[in-house]
Amino acid sequence: MLRLANPNRFMQWSGKLLPWCAIATVILLGVGTYMALFVAPPDYQQGESVRIMYIHVPSAMMSTFVYAVMAVSSAVALIWRHPVADIAARESAPLGAGFTLLCLVTGSLWGKPMWGAWWVWDARLTSELVLFFLYLGYIALVNAFDEPTRGARAGAILALVGVINLPIIKFSVDWWNTLHQPESIFRLGGPTIAPSMLWPLLIMVLGFAAFFVTLLLLRMRSALMAAKLRAIRLQQIEAA
Amino acid sequence: MVLAGPNGSGKSSLLRVLAGLTPPEAGKLTWNGADITEDRGEHHRRLHFVGHSDALKPVLSVGEMVGFWAGMHGQTVDIHAILGKFGLEKAVKLPCRYLSAGQKRRLALLRLISSPAPLWLLDEPLTSLDTEATEQLLAAIAAHRAEGGSIVLSTHAPVELPGAVRLSLADFRPARLVIEA
Amino acid sequence: MSPFLRLVGRDLRLALRQGGDAAMVVGFFVLTVVLFPFGVGPEPELLQRIAAGIVWVTALLAALLSLERLFQSDYEDGSLEVMALLPLPLEAQVLAKCLAHWLVTGLPLTLTAPLLGLLLHLDTAGYPALIASMAIGTPILSLLGAVGAALTLGARKGGVLLSLLVLPLYIPVLIFGVAAIEAEIGGFGARPHLLLLAAFLVLAVGMVPFAAAAALRQALE
Repeated sequence: MLRLANPNRFMQWSGKLLPWCAIATVILLGVGTYMALFVAPPDYQQGESVRIMYIHVPSAMMSTFVYAVMAVSSAVALIWRHPVADIAARESAPLGAGFTLLCLVTGSLWGKPMWGAWWVWDARLTSELVLFFLYLGYIALVNAFDEPTRGARAGAILALVGVINLPIIKFSVDWWNTLHQPESIFRLGGPTIAPSMLWPLLIMVLGFAAFFVTLLLLRMRSALMAAKLRAIRLQQIEAA
Repeated sequence: MVLAGPNGSGKSSLLRVLAGLTPPEAGKLTWNGADITEDRGEHHRRLHFVGHSDALKPVLSVGEMVGFWAGMHGQTVDIHAILGKFGLEKAVKLPCRYLSAGQKRRLALLRLISSPAPLWLLDEPLTSLDTEATEQLLAAIAAHRAEGGSIVLSTHAPVELPGAVRLSLADFRPARLVIEA
Repeated sequence: MSPFLRLVGRDLRLALRQGGDAAMVVGFFVLTVVLFPFGVGPEPELLQRIAAGIVWVTALLAALLSLERLFQSDYEDGSLEVMALLPLPLEAQVLAKCLAHWLVTGLPLTLTAPLLGLLLHLDTAGYPALIASMAIGTPILSLLGAVGAALTLGARKGGVLLSLLVLPLYIPVLIFGVAAIEAEIGGFGARPHLLLLAAFLVLAVGMVPFAAAAALRQALE
């Protein structure tokens, strides 16, 4: 019962929070998409294709943010052996991988008119690609054991190892990029941005974050319910 | 102390918790009042654990195996004398892969007497031992107890240890994990 | 002999008796490098241009080969259980096993690398940097690999999974290893890259034992 107590409380508050998150997601993404498509001006250099940025940049931000969420949940799961934290880490991973993939695909789509190629070994895109592999490795490891607790525990350690390595990988990829390429004229999501573009972008970032929280809560709730269902079935088998 | 009970009653799990391999689901493990997780090295120095597997390397010789485990406990031992206690002195140069199951078991149990430790945790130590080897083990156990050592051993077969506490796990309901995370 | 050295000695002896871990790793290394001229053509200029990269990438793959078994046999025969209960901390034992692993894989790779440089027409100026970068970089491969090997103990398809986990972590080693050689050839000096590699090695020595030991403990629970 001790183990059930916390998940129970989680189910209660997450159930109340979930509709609000969903509403926030719909409003933010709706307003953000409208602004990105119709209000924000086209770029004087890139034209209309700059609008890909409103998907690309938020998904890039989410890809690292979700990894951070995974790492924090993993640390909590390892230190306090908190089952809900385990589930949070495990259920975050596919979402993070999804955001990373979205970032890679939009980066490639955006790069085609800019660079004239579907893929360029740009430092940021390359780091995203490595991050994508880290997500895949995590997902594969978590699901590689017959006993789910082992997978969760191993995954938690991997997530922490990964979060220490991420800055090193990022640093080395940047280093490698400056060695091999002259500073590119065009960079995805450049450092300066006009306010007319910043607002839609900001709203989209918030919308993506709300979307992530909504999906994560949904996934965690269904994972917990599935576990409870299994427990009930086992009890029935024992009682019979 | 003898842990008795049928398969699946939790004898091995209890021994693993006592060794500190598996953390207890609830509660904590103490030795003379001190939590063992505070100083794991200290806990490890005072225990020997012989589990289901023999922890032997097929390509190492019997003598090397004994020397290795004793050395890992910081002991230099007279390998011949130790092997003699379980009747393995002739096999000293033999690679472990040529040993029979009973001989392997004896070699695994030799870890107990190759370095001193007050607490022995033995999981089904009598499996595949013949009568002679069983007697040798019981003699080693008696000697260890005479020196003031403690032993927790699990068995599904009846074993006679005079004056030992007998704990039957048969009556405990296995605790089930409610949430698997 | 201290328990630490005894464990190193045991692993070396096991590698020696079980036969040819080092020989197999080196064989794979040489053979794979030899494949490249067939793939890209034997023009000396081209090979010279990509020599450092080929040698390093192949070294990463070769180092992966024997990693899967780093803890596997100890896990399967119950030795790991006993090792986890030894007075010597599991963290130190991880380091000892990494050292032994490096001696039978990383060291032979480092010693073979100049020969492969010769086959690929590596610029003469690059050899000292090649040896130095391999000498500093290959221990990192053993260390990071140990975390992967510990995490995948008892997993289904452990070997493939191990590569998936470990290869992305190897990228910085590859980048700085190759950059050191190319900087030396370009006349800029390999020093900064080698120092970065060394910093990475120090970090790995400091962190890996804890991560790998934690992974081993949870595998034993």
